[in-house]
Amino acid sequence: MTTQIGTQRIVIEPVTRVEGHGKVTIHLDEQGKVTQARMHIVEFRGFERFVQGRPYWEVPVLVQRLCGICPVSHHLCAAKAMDVIVGADRLTPTAEKMRRLMHYGQTYQSHALHFFHLASPDLLFGFGADVGKRHVIAVAAAFPELAVQGVMMRKYGQEIIKATAGKKIHGTGAIPGGINKNLSVAERDGFLKDLDQQLAWARGALKIAKDYTVENLAKIKDFGSFDSNHAGLVTADGTMDLYDGNLRAIDANGGRIFDMPPAKYIDHIAEEVRPWSYMKFPFIRSLGPERGWYRVGPLARINVAERIDTPEAERARQEFMSVTNGKPNNITMAYHWARMIELLHAAEKFQELLNDRDLQGTDLVVQGERREEGIAIIEAPRGSLFHHYRVNDRDEVVMANLIVSTTSNNEPMNRAVQKVAEQHLQGVAEITDGLLNHVEVAIRAYDPCLSCATHAMGQMPLVVELLDHEGKRVGRRCKGVAESVAG
Amino acid sequence: MIGFGNPGRLDDGLGPALAARVEAAAIPGVTVDSDYQLQVEDAEAVSHHDVVVFADAAISGREPFSVSEVVPSRGLSFSSHSVDPDEILGLARDLFHSAPRAFMLAIRGYDFDEFGERLSPDAADNLAAAEQFLLPILIRSDLAALAERAQAAAPPFPNSA
Repeated sequence: MTTQIGTQRIVIEPVTRVEGHGKVTIHLDEQGKVTQARMHIVEFRGFERFVQGRPYWEVPVLVQRLCGICPVSHHLCAAKAMDVIVGADRLTPTAEKMRRLMHYGQTYQSHALHFFHLASPDLLFGFGADVGKRHVIAVAAAFPELAVQGVMMRKYGQEIIKATAGKKIHGTGAIPGGINKNLSVAERDGFLKDLDQQLAWARGALKIAKDYTVENLAKIKDFGSFDSNHAGLVTADGTMDLYDGNLRAIDANGGRIFDMPPAKYIDHIAEEVRPWSYMKFPFIRSLGPERGWYRVGPLARINVAERIDTPEAERARQEFMSVTNGKPNNITMAYHWARMIELLHAAEKFQELLNDRDLQGTDLVVQGERREEGIAIIEAPRGSLFHHYRVNDRDEVVMANLIVSTTSNNEPMNRAVQKVAEQHLQGVAEITDGLLNHVEVAIRAYDPCLSCATHAMGQMPLVVELLDHEGKRVGRRCKGVAESVAG
Repeated sequence: MIGFGNPGRLDDGLGPALAARVEAAAIPGVTVDSDYQLQVEDAEAVSHHDVVVFADAAISGREPFSVSEVVPSRGLSFSSHSVDPDEILGLARDLFHSAPRAFMLAIRGYDFDEFGERLSPDAADNLAAAEQFLLPILIRSDLAALAERAQAAAPPFPNSA
């Protein structure tokens, strides 16, 4: 890594242990003071053009091409939008519960993977740990039981997805108006057999995240943290719902900004383009781009909800909210605790759904009055995901617009980078790998998935560049992965 | 055998395409899986096997395909939601105390820059060549032939994975 100090620009490209392709640039002046810090994401918008002209019923499968990380979220969100197109205003109990099971499977495996295999090195070894320890292999060596748990929890969630979506790649389970399969008794019993162990591991993960946050509160409460608006789906009575509901936005003090049905998103959400970034910056229209940016994802969802409808997760939510005396929690590192509350919630939902005989029902699809426009929002593991389509009378998609979770968190991640750079890089004589990892720790808290918005998948080299005040590169360091094979 | 890649990104789907052909052959003693990318749970899966063949699309390198032996690693490039084959083996060894012998079959592809569920003509030819090579080996459980091909090939993994 280049460590020259003067008027310089540090580029971290892309950030390790987040998905897709992004880079961070930090400008320092001659005194080493941070003048500007930005996270750049290379957005790939080709999908919205690609889908135009395709039959609407193909879209729930096509959208899975967007991303190898959360294809299920896109699959379900597109299916929900197409439910609107086919006039399926209320799915059959079997269809809705199968979709929910699929969705909780996705949430569970994603949260487990992030916590045990991406975030845990930061929490277990410290933000500035030696580079040799900042990966899951080191976790496996020091805490093998945790690493195994992470693998087995991820596997359980993936098997739930396979059983509900039909297959791991390009699942076809959710179709416009419903689902194309139910859950067999044999599949159900297979999942129930291992559920107690999964619940125990989820409780253990929640305890690790809670204890870490509480014990390190003084250290982390200001780390990359700032007041913000928050958004997430809730039911009509304010209960957290990861699959469906109204989108609720609150301000940093808990004041309600709106509760809106997904179909009204254009009235409330706008997207700003900035010349230095390919990724858009969504904001709440009534507040404008300066004040209207918001956070999504586990932290935001816990903040906007008034309750959770599973008992253990609800007790955990109350404990979480007590740390900030019932006010919204704006601590960036609290994302991890919030994520583990959702992990346990997903496991509790497994228990609820797997014991529901509706999953073995045979009434799978409904239809109603055909419409030309469909809009849906779902809570993907990383936050609210918007799908919006218009369809012509030949059943062809003529317009598609997607707002992915990481786009909504674009501004907050930029602010986190700025804050951490000011807190940890400003004025230091030598900028080490460990110090730079502080920036990545803050970004990783959001669990950004950049694949949706980017061309490359699965390749995450890290490039650090220093540029002087004239923009001339004075140094570059890269650690990365093989560039010769697609992944 | 595990084929990985995104079939919705043209030639990136070569790995899953080969997996589908091997699965269709229904060879006794051979289990087949495919996914967008390798993940930590694949370490548990490979730990139950004696030999693992990973199949992926190659952006560059030998045509129509190359074979290299994969050895476990604790690579520092474990840096995203996807995991490399050598790290899968490393996790299998460290977490599940298993050390299967493993090979990487990298099939040369050419078009990766669009959405689309099809292979380019040249990639399809390469897929056919990889299938013709691999199926008899799997049917005969001819580990020696696989190892011989890997030994003859260069460069070794991870440069080709």
